[in-house]
Amino acid sequence: MPAFAGMTTENDEGTTMNQPASAYFLEERHDPNETHTLSVLVQNEPGVLARVIGLFSGRGYNIESLTVSETESQKHLSRITIVTTGTPMVIEQIKHQLDRMVPVYRVVDMTITGRSIERELAMVKVRGGGDHRVEALRLADAFRARVIDATIESFVFEITGNSAKISQFIDLMRPLGLVEVSRTGVAAIGRGPEGM
Amino acid sequence: MTDKSHDPNQMTGAAMIVRALIDHGVQHLFGYPGGAVLPIYDEIFQQSEVEHILVRHEQGAGHAAEGYARSTGKPGVVLVTSGPGATNMVTPLTDALMDSIPLVCITGQVPTHLIGNDAFQECDTVGITRPCTKHNWLVRDVNDLAKVLHEAFYVATSGRPGPVLVDVPKDVQFAVGTYHPPRKSDVHVSYTPRVKGDAAQIRKAVALLASAKRPVIYSGGGVINSGTEASKLLRDLVEATGFPITSTLMGLGAYPASGKNWLGMLGMHGTYEANMAMHDCDVMLCIGARFDDRITGRVDAFSPGSKKIHIDIDPSSINKNIRVDVPIIGDAANVMGDLLQVFKAEAKKPDIKAWWQEIAVWRARNSLAYKKNNDIILPQYAIESLFAATRGRDTYITTEVGQHQMWAAQFFGFEEPHRWMTSGGLGTMGYGLPAALGVQVAHPDSLVIDIAGDASVQMTMQEMSTAVQYELPIKIFILNNQYMGMVRQWQQLLHGNRLSHSYSEALPDFVKLADAFGCVGLQAIKPGDLDGALKEMISVKRPVLFDCRVATLENCFPMIPSGKAHNEMLLPVEATDEATAAAFAGGKALV
Ligand SMILES: Cc1ncc(C[n+]2csc(CCOP(=O)(O)OP(=O)(O)O)c2C)c(N)n1
Ligand SMILES: [Mg+2]
Repeated sequence: MPAFAGMTTENDEGTTMNQPASAYFLEERHDPNETHTLSVLVQNEPGVLARVIGLFSGRGYNIESLTVSETESQKHLSRITIVTTGTPMVIEQIKHQLDRMVPVYRVVDMTITGRSIERELAMVKVRGGGDHRVEALRLADAFRARVIDATIESFVFEITGNSAKISQFIDLMRPLGLVEVSRTGVAAIGRGPEGM
Repeated sequence: MTDKSHDPNQMTGAAMIVRALIDHGVQHLFGYPGGAVLPIYDEIFQQSEVEHILVRHEQGAGHAAEGYARSTGKPGVVLVTSGPGATNMVTPLTDALMDSIPLVCITGQVPTHLIGNDAFQECDTVGITRPCTKHNWLVRDVNDLAKVLHEAFYVATSGRPGPVLVDVPKDVQFAVGTYHPPRKSDVHVSYTPRVKGDAAQIRKAVALLASAKRPVIYSGGGVINSGTEASKLLRDLVEATGFPITSTLMGLGAYPASGKNWLGMLGMHGTYEANMAMHDCDVMLCIGARFDDRITGRVDAFSPGSKKIHIDIDPSSINKNIRVDVPIIGDAANVMGDLLQVFKAEAKKPDIKAWWQEIAVWRARNSLAYKKNNDIILPQYAIESLFAATRGRDTYITTEVGQHQMWAAQFFGFEEPHRWMTSGGLGTMGYGLPAALGVQVAHPDSLVIDIAGDASVQMTMQEMSTAVQYELPIKIFILNNQYMGMVRQWQQLLHGNRLSHSYSEALPDFVKLADAFGCVGLQAIKPGDLDGALKEMISVKRPVLFDCRVATLENCFPMIPSGKAHNEMLLPVEATDEATAAAFAGGKALV
């Protein structure tokens, strides 16, 4: 098709082409991201967690933290707490996508209700002696972390609080001989007398 | 102790499956046997209420069931074996999910004690199909089977319809348990699709419609899914408001193509007037469509000056791609009924004469025009001739995917819903031929035509054998341009005309192939051959493969180049090579 030579030349040394030609409209969205905590009440049945996680991976949503456990065993209900980030439009999508799943009862955006408490538990192992050991204990006390295991050269601390507090504690333990950390992820609940 | 042997509800899992199909009014089942479903096939053998259609590939069963569902409004039902049977269903399940088609797929699974052992023909069917079904179940206990089957039918057909899958291990098929007929409590209490629209939102919508100066109705597949009543209400709504109406590929036929307010299809290959009306409107009423990327073009330039009302049964469709002003969640027919009532009671037709005049100017551009040719058959002409030849007949059209699909949408006029079966969301080549089978099973006396492409048709060609076996007189009308035309067009427009692997090399002789299958082969090479051959195709009461040789390098226009807005369409008459090059070159920065 010689008549298209004009195009071909343009193509040759990609003057205007900073993205590959595509059948899709490749647009970037520049809305700022927000972090939201979602509480999701689901039927506790095989595969339900895979469905939720698959939704996030399949649609490219972020999971910052995911906590799940059965909360009402007679009714086979589990509560999943998800901390996610995205533009407001994406957050809205996530909620609707979760809500339309067959085994999902309710989705509550704890961040929008603005009246929720979030807690996470971490176990933090620190190894060392001398001043480091003393300093670790002192800091643990300041953070109200408890010692739940001790040897002559190590401690395991248990700490609860919001995620920021836990991260701060872990950062402080780093120079004092931090070995490893196990975190539960965030659990959230609304304030006041009403349930979700 | 009760004597269970006389309880008619005591039966094997396999018997329960057939019984549940009967209880749900299933008359036809598309399937393919294998080790893990033999007990079910044994039950099928011993009854006559459900007719089983044996396909040649499980994908064919899936698309046939889709065609069946789309043309009847009833769920399509599929039965396949474990492992490869199940994996072959992934494409049709995904296709049905994208286009909201109700399918119930039953798969066999290896016995429960072997699950997880990499047993022969084992695969993680529920894992593989989780993202391509609305919901799926693995049934480990025969006493759960009846409940799950009934729930499966409910989930597939209620709310936004979609495919579901029930995986039944072979030991569960053999085991004896208690069956019960469908009942309400079979369904998850957590599943409650919303049908009725919010009254306050409907009022807001009516106020907007009544104040519109440049309104447009944009309807989609949701209106078709909602049932014939929805199409009727849509027509009433157009009549009551006097508004222009366009529709997506999936929505064709809800409003008749001969209707005076019809603008034609919108989107990438839609008409100029439809896309311009979308771009310049002040009030947009979207019903059962989802602002898909083939519709919107560049999102930030999409209909910049309009207030948007969006009716959809699926809340996740709202504000997904485009922010709307008045969302109404509910079933299309239900909401349109309420909307119409409020509109008639409280509003009157706004005066939009000036808007119609603007539209008339766009229409006059005649965006579907093409240059006639006396020597070679142009694909547009072929569809127009097909349309003319089938006029007044009870016709159903399916398509494959490619240029021919777009030409079919542009040049075949659909007057009724449920007459047009095409793979919109997934764009599955190989859909049309088996879909036509399904349509023909549901409508044995109707004229069912697959408008096909030479490349697509080879993907599920083996189903011609099914057509012959069941005497299903489907017509496969191949627009044979000897290319993967749509791919070639994109390569020409966007990749410097480097036609990498888009030539249909070594095409079979379709006429001889028809012969080999035991169906009728026809061919048209010159425009003069076409009418006679079409007549023959329609009159012969056997399956036909029609090799319609069309211009090889014809492009599908009009077209919104990628990264462009609705008002930057490229029209065929203006699509000189230079203009086309310029349009696409400018768009490249964004494409
Ligand atoms: C299963 C599948 N594979 C690949 C594609 C990509 N694709 C879209 S259109 C097309 C060419 C179709 O060629 P043909 O059936 O001859 O139709 P034409 O465009 O020539 O009318 C291809 C390969 C697809 N849509 N589906
Ligand atoms: Mg072709």
